Amino acid sequence: MTGNNIQLDAKGRLKHFLTIEGIDRSLFIEILDYAESFAAVGERAVKKVPLLRGKTIANLFFEPSTRTRTTFELAAKRLSADVLNLNILSSATKKGETLLDTLQTLEAMHCDMFIIRHANSGAAHFIASQVAPHIRVINGGDGRHSHPTQAMLDMFTIRKHKPDFTRLKVAIIGDVAHSRVARSEIHALSVLGVPEIRVIGPKTLIPNDISSLGAHPYYDMNDGLKDVDVVMMLRLQRERMCSALLPSEHEYFKRYGLNEEKLALAKPDAIVMHPGPINRGIEIDSQIADSERSVILQQVSHGIAVRMAIMAMIMGSQSEEAH
Amino acid sequence: MNDATTDVKQCVDEMITQIRAEIANNDLSEMLMIGIHTGGVWIAERLHKKLNIEPPLGKLNIAFYRDDFSRIGTHPQVTPSKLPFDIEDKHLLLVDDVLYTGRTIRAALNEIFDYGRPASVRLAVLIDRGEHELPIQADFVGKRITLKQGEHAKLTGPEYLTLEITGTE
Repeated sequence: MTGNNIQLDAKGRLKHFLTIEGIDRSLFIEILDYAESFAAVGERAVKKVPLLRGKTIANLFFEPSTRTRTTFELAAKRLSADVLNLNILSSATKKGETLLDTLQTLEAMHCDMFIIRHANSGAAHFIASQVAPHIRVINGGDGRHSHPTQAMLDMFTIRKHKPDFTRLKVAIIGDVAHSRVARSEIHALSVLGVPEIRVIGPKTLIPNDISSLGAHPYYDMNDGLKDVDVVMMLRLQRERMCSALLPSEHEYFKRYGLNEEKLALAKPDAIVMHPGPINRGIEIDSQIADSERSVILQQVSHGIAVRMAIMAMIMGSQSEEAH
Repeated sequence: MNDATTDVKQCVDEMITQIRAEIANNDLSEMLMIGIHTGGVWIAERLHKKLNIEPPLGKLNIAFYRDDFSRIGTHPQVTPSKLPFDIEDKHLLLVDDVLYTGRTIRAALNEIFDYGRPASVRLAVLIDRGEHELPIQADFVGKRITLKQGEHAKLTGPEYLTLEITGTE
């Protein structure tokens, strides 16, 4: 409970967005519904609304990320906020400035919101607990812990295709142990009432305690993919290839890569998801990635709408506090 | 304002009379109609039907364009705006329920111009309660009323439209 509570204000409204844990079903649905209206903005000639005009949002990326950073940046710009992109790896910390000094410097520049991407689990929580009260924090992915906006946009994408979560079988495939995406997805799916969540991967990459999160482990694709409605592939972190945890890329694709044959085990209308960037031929067959069943590019577009909704919601709570 | 139910119907009829005259005088047969969410849409639906306007009705939700966002925050469940036509060089009729400060109309105009550059925009309102804070006037008015400070005129619907006056004693 502690630590998660700081993302809600006294009225139970979203103040920071740090993790899926602690967000109840009704707030979850509220965010998804709100995102729906921003998706419509993205389809207009002028893809911009003046909601956050005059606000300054700092993208603080302590580890490299292109997709998440650019979608956050676009989301902020479509809300008419001003955006600062700071690649902390290459700037202040090299000169010996501590994290808190960096944050205070940005506060002195009157920033309103920080988006944090950090290799350490809990980094966004820590920052949210340290910033001035009017500042809002969004977790753009921290260590192995959480990637809540990714989970949110994935739920948004699933709902577009399969509106009733309470009838779904969902399989998450790959390096679950090292994936912040997987943890957030499992939390999100259970909050929304998905009755069957499966994780599939080599034993070395499935955490022992996975059932305590409500997911059932499978070590064979042929068992795990049977009759699922949603196939969520995880990115294989190739940097972990050298470690003893994984066989060769070729061997991995043979056993856990998604191809036509394995996908045929899922329901005929099953959708295929991937948070990106995809490794073609390693975790997913190229043809499947480009097929009609793949919703990978929709996930990207939805990511902007969902991030707009979250930013607008938490900035809305900023205003209420001031009056 | 004791018999509010009939009042709404009378006001709508009055608006129709005025708009018909304008259409006849200015050749506005290709006019597009846009209602402002939610009360304005209810009124617009009635006008749209009775005036036999062919193109579908546009619906505008100005929640993302309000000038008081930084004061009151946003509230979720925003029905997206839907303008199912190209507004470029078209004559538009914007419809709202109550014209008061004029800030809603300001927001609506801003949003409309994010869709294109209309030839003209006219404004029709069910009730004009005066006390505008911006240089915005309606072209067609169902009824002009005066309310005390703190009193609000609120349209409820959508089946039976009723105008409620609420507020301090």
